[in-house]
Amino acid sequence: MSIAIRNVSKKFGAFKALDDVSIDIPSGQLVALLGPSGCGKTTLLRIIAGLEYADRGQILLEGDDASDRHVRERQVGFVFQHYALFRHMTVFDNVAFGLRVRPRRHRPSEAEIRKRVSRLLDLVQLGWLADRYPSQLSGGQRQRIALARALAVEPKVLLLDEPFGALDAKVRKELRRWLRQLHDEIHVTSVFVTHDQEEALEVSDSVVLMNKGRVEQTGSPDAVYDHPATPFVASFLGSVNLFHGRVEDGHLHVGEHALALGDGHAPAEQAVGFVRPHEFDLLPAAANAGGLPARIARVIAIGPMAQVELTRVDGELIEVSVSRAIFDTLGLREGDHVSLRPRAIRVFHNDRLAA
Amino acid sequence: MGKLKRFSPLPGFGLTLGYTLFYLLLIVLIPLAAVAGKTFGMGWEAFWAAISNPRVVASYQLSFGASLLAAAVNVVFGLIFAWVLVRYRFPGKGLVDALVDLPFALPTAVAGIALATIYAPNGPIGSLLAPFGIEIAYTPNGVLLALVFIGLPFVVRTVQPVLADLEKEVEEAAAGLGASRWHTFLKIILPHVTPALLTGFAMAFARAVGEYGSVIFIAGNVPMVSEITPLMIITKLEQYDYQGATAIASVMLVISFVLLLVINGLQGWMQNRYTKGA
Amino acid sequence: MSASIALQPGALERYETPSTCEPAWVRVVLITIALTFFAVFLLLPLGTVFAEALRKGWGTYLASLSSPDAWAAIRLTLLTAAIAVPLNLVFGVAAAWAIAKFEFPGKRLLITLIDLPFSVSPVISGLIYVLMFGAQGWFGPWLAEHDIRIIFAVPGIVLATIFVTFPFVARELIPLMEAQGAEEEEAAVVLGASGWQVFWHTTLPNIKWGLLYGVILCNARAMGEFGAVSVVSGHIRGKTNTMPLHVEILYNEYNYAAAFAVASLLALLAIVTLGLKTLVERQTRRQRQESIKASEIES
Repeated sequence: MSIAIRNVSKKFGAFKALDDVSIDIPSGQLVALLGPSGCGKTTLLRIIAGLEYADRGQILLEGDDASDRHVRERQVGFVFQHYALFRHMTVFDNVAFGLRVRPRRHRPSEAEIRKRVSRLLDLVQLGWLADRYPSQLSGGQRQRIALARALAVEPKVLLLDEPFGALDAKVRKELRRWLRQLHDEIHVTSVFVTHDQEEALEVSDSVVLMNKGRVEQTGSPDAVYDHPATPFVASFLGSVNLFHGRVEDGHLHVGEHALALGDGHAPAEQAVGFVRPHEFDLLPAAANAGGLPARIARVIAIGPMAQVELTRVDGELIEVSVSRAIFDTLGLREGDHVSLRPRAIRVFHNDRLAA
Repeated sequence: MGKLKRFSPLPGFGLTLGYTLFYLLLIVLIPLAAVAGKTFGMGWEAFWAAISNPRVVASYQLSFGASLLAAAVNVVFGLIFAWVLVRYRFPGKGLVDALVDLPFALPTAVAGIALATIYAPNGPIGSLLAPFGIEIAYTPNGVLLALVFIGLPFVVRTVQPVLADLEKEVEEAAAGLGASRWHTFLKIILPHVTPALLTGFAMAFARAVGEYGSVIFIAGNVPMVSEITPLMIITKLEQYDYQGATAIASVMLVISFVLLLVINGLQGWMQNRYTKGA
Repeated sequence: MSASIALQPGALERYETPSTCEPAWVRVVLITIALTFFAVFLLLPLGTVFAEALRKGWGTYLASLSSPDAWAAIRLTLLTAAIAVPLNLVFGVAAAWAIAKFEFPGKRLLITLIDLPFSVSPVISGLIYVLMFGAQGWFGPWLAEHDIRIIFAVPGIVLATIFVTFPFVARELIPLMEAQGAEEEEAAVVLGASGWQVFWHTTLPNIKWGLLYGVILCNARAMGEFGAVSVVSGHIRGKTNTMPLHVEILYNEYNYAAAFAVASLLALLAIVTLGLKTLVERQTRRQRQESIKASEIES
């Protein structure tokens, strides 16, 4: 089922949680709502589910306006951040709940319920836990039971609120991969909320970046990473170095130095260039091939990459990461002067920054 | 329901809030308003005459004096109780912990006749004290004693959890810095439990001022000497002096509301104090 | 107020290290003071009730309890509690649901108003109904015209009892349900449960111990209330005397053995109440520890 969010706004008191948000989610996709805490992503998810109501705007499910439809009738599955498993019920009864509360004429027979619950428990690989209570499960197991419970009612849309938020790093990584596989198997339109960019980029078909109640950018993981549409996206996804300066004849002028930009950059008095740590070439200062002069302050050469911290002439810090092989051939040490040449700069004019 | 009115997917808000307000109005607010209505209807002079009658004034003095004193006694013994229950092991501790609430659970009339019997001049304790000229039952001392009984759990049960929550590390740090145990108690523990002690004090006091059942049997009810204010209301009612009874009741109600506000304020203070630290 | 305090969890054990422990003599002195106070102030009154009740032997004891007036008092007390407790139970659940699961302005004020009966003297709790329904009260003339008796009759006793026990269940449930939040209920709604199904299958199992706790305390107070009931009862033997009022009459007639015999039943009720209360507290504490343990597994 496709989801369309049209001009949705929501206020809590004076706080604007969502400000004119519109998103289209095609059927069968796995979409991440990504943003810092307080950006409105969970509120949006709850509005899609019908757990919260928008002040303005519409939610269309499969093209039909569902804004006034009660959560019971929206055919969504919702996985809560802290799972909200029913503490007094066994795992089996938790998963069976959605089927058992149906009106008698729509309720499957008890035998059919047993069959479906066992199938779901097998799907999440926890059939052997059917008789346990939630308090006897680990966090990762609870997460999967919550998912099985949500899937039991055969939802048209699956919504997950910070599905991995409460888990430790290792379990989180495993479950992420597992969720992706599961989605490839069942293909139900899914939306999950996360503040973890790695999670969003790794798992989803498409990422919606949100900030302060607004959508900043929507696109595939590599598109939003490689072509950030706004300064917020550029700095939120991965680490980034900032260069304040002005744009003039195809160059970004930072102090007395000029960094070459591609074509098509309109001149601007105030602009900021964003460069990711791995997008620098590190050259010995003697080569004097243009670029920014800097001094190596600290080198952390562990694993395949060398993380280099440099200070600019004006004292500002720059982070650069190069492969160990290249770094070692350069033979640089802490205290050496080098020249930095960015391979790619994304420039935003200052009026965009204010927006 | 229109779209704008819906704000939660959970059902039953209108029904439950509506019923809550209806029942509250019916059982509590409208009957209490009757006191206000009757009071405003009686005119200032009648009101003043009723509440300033010397016998009534004597009852205020006894009720408030004994209640303050009883609450103060409860603060001391309540703290000791809470302290030993939280920190020490001793035989019968489970029983003591359970029975601290006895004054809540024991009907006041039962407590009243039991205390009166024990402290009567021929009772088990009264007869021990009589040779020394100490009289408890049928004097203001009896009132004080009954109010101490009724107020004890308030202090114990407010202080106990607060004392249990005090981090041991804080005390260990104090000891590590060279403080004596007594110093640690005065400078660390006591300030920590002060809000709870004050709340317990205010609650015990509020309960004592209005208490009736456990007091009247032991008080002796001698006019000008050992009559408590709630008894004055009953006396007026028995004389069919509804105005007089209402006037005294309105004075007590105002005091109760003030105490309620004070207690709410103290509890707010406690909440701030104890959650911020955590 | 009394309930909000009585409801605090009981003692939590602490493990003491040498630097946080007082010298032995201090411990002994403090424990001795506490135990003495306990014996004199709590145990002695309780023991006195039973000793006085049986002073003239079991024969007198049983005779006092089986007199028609005593029976009438017992029946009236049970009837009063059987009306007051369920009414306040329904109210308490409704109030806690509205207050804990929804946001609305004036919530704190509402909670304070629900607490109000605890800070009103029992005598005034009776008086307010006399002012409403008594001969000179607001509805007095109308009631007299239609030959309905509320004051000095059973309805007045029930009303006064409802008033004094009004907050017990609500007081217990509001903080409990606020702490539990609404996530499980929301999960049930998303899964298609109707209003009643949400309440029966998710809310009720989570609040059952708190509910029981509130009911136990509410019942104890309903059966034991003296001051409020005394004002509205009229003290008609065999008709409008509850057990506590019957105790008073017998005591004032110097019929101590009979007075204490009836009082001993009420004292038993208190002991049972405290026993159940302790059990429920243990149960909730165990539950809480389990959920703490569970959250430790999680992290």
